Amino acid sequence: MDVYLPIAEMSVNLFLLLGLGGAVGFLSGVFGVGGGFLMTPLLIFIGIPPAVAVGSEASQILASSSSGAIAHARRGNVDFRMGTVLVAGGLIGSAFGVWLFALLRQMGQIDVVISLAYVVFLGTVGALMLMESAHAWFRVRSRRDTFTRRHRHLWLHGLPLKIRFHRSRLYISALMPLSLGFFVGILASIMGVGGGFLMVPAMIYLIGMPTAVVVGTSLFQISFVTAVITFLHAVNNYTVDVILALALIVGGVIGAQFGTSAGARLRGEQLRILLALIVLAVCGKLGYDLVATPEDLYSLGVVGH
Amino acid sequence: MMPGSARSLARLLVVLALAVLPGGAEPRAQALVADLSHHLIAITTAFVGTNVVLFGTAEGGGDIVVTVHGPRQDQIVRRKARVAGIWINREGLTFRRVPSYYAVASTGALDKIARPDVLARLEIGTDHLRLEPIDATGLTISEITAFQDALVRRKQGQGLYSRKPGQINFIGEELFRTTLVFPANVPPGIYQVQVFELIDGFATDAQRSTLVVSKVGLEADVYDFAQQRAALYGLTAIALAIVSGWLASVIFRRG
Repeated sequence: MDVYLPIAEMSVNLFLLLGLGGAVGFLSGVFGVGGGFLMTPLLIFIGIPPAVAVGSEASQILASSSSGAIAHARRGNVDFRMGTVLVAGGLIGSAFGVWLFALLRQMGQIDVVISLAYVVFLGTVGALMLMESAHAWFRVRSRRDTFTRRHRHLWLHGLPLKIRFHRSRLYISALMPLSLGFFVGILASIMGVGGGFLMVPAMIYLIGMPTAVVVGTSLFQISFVTAVITFLHAVNNYTVDVILALALIVGGVIGAQFGTSAGARLRGEQLRILLALIVLAVCGKLGYDLVATPEDLYSLGVVGH
Repeated sequence: MMPGSARSLARLLVVLALAVLPGGAEPRAQALVADLSHHLIAITTAFVGTNVVLFGTAEGGGDIVVTVHGPRQDQIVRRKARVAGIWINREGLTFRRVPSYYAVASTGALDKIARPDVLARLEIGTDHLRLEPIDATGLTISEITAFQDALVRRKQGQGLYSRKPGQINFIGEELFRTTLVFPANVPPGIYQVQVFELIDGFATDAQRSTLVVSKVGLEADVYDFAQQRAALYGLTAIALAIVSGWLASVIFRRG
């Protein structure tokens, strides 16, 4: 059954969209990740214009992250003060990102920038994850708990504007979470991702937040930032397709339920190796498309106004 | 249907065009009448493209050619080049008021029906579309031609330009028909359908009519909402996402 997407102005099989949403939702249920980094490239692979893919995917991430954020907030796992600073940075970053997106689109460079951003970030994160989890897998029998010290004193901690974050038991410069939020906001608005894959490690290793509040606080930030990105893409670029987003949300919700129960039965290290391989495969495909000689050197673009 | 005044205006234009033709044939008064099976293509949620049948009668015994021009818009064509190992868009050339859709059908091979200059004037065939670059400074003729060819090739790849002329069949002596194909990605707007009768290489008669491609129902509502009340649409998209996410968490927590 085909469904016509009013904003993308094309007809796509509804079951393909539900299937994509379901598959990515399953993976995000298994691994506990957002899945935007898989969904946006997949949408582009099936022919959705990149601008529409990014704009619509933001609202899907909003759907999955907002309910997660509420659940974490109920359990007290959100550092609201930290979250507010991250959101403030995220808002500035996403406004800048959406503006940059429109500019790059007009210049005809948006596709290549999206692909490059994916190759760089997925490649780095995937490789690090693969190394770390492979390392952990081989070491799993000896079970030496590697306890990383929080409060390592980096130059970052000498920055001004220090604020006390009670929930995270930190007394650090607000500029750190502010710039992290800013950077993630740019990535989210250009790549159509939530940015959790970057934010969670940065919160643990750079800011030094306790792991208990990291996931809840990052979901809190992602919810607000993707809401703003949805709005800005809708207003500036007219590229949010609610029909597309709804199909992905429905598929994603169902897939995530199965994914969560499947994930509970698998071992952590194996899961992470698998996720790393998926990330690297997407990165490899995008990277190959960048360097391989295209079938046609010419392409049609939108004329800016 | 076309109002009578517009039709007589179209006919007058043909007569004028024929009058300035070097060595043009005397305009003859053969009746060419054509119409479409429908004048509105409605893009609904289940739209997967459609066919429109064009039928008509011609008494002159000449060749019949049908062209369809979609709504015109400036179109940029970009060419990739390898920079530091990766392929990125470098040069771009914008063409003025390019038909977003173009179809042609005829009773025979186009090059046998008329000379290239006649085909070019009437914009018959993808090789004869008027594609005027807006600013081609620094580009050679052959480079411009390469961009023009690429525009047609990419449009054909999208299914929006005819790859080869469609077939017009005569049923009996005077009645003809052809099928025009509109794919799912057909751009909305007003389409100009032109029917020509050509005798001895010159157009002796022509008829114009219009076809409207329009989103209807939910598709139109969503599109108009997104375009005209973008801020409200954005807020609605946010609300929709939050509510559906929350709804899903409630349903599956109980299940």
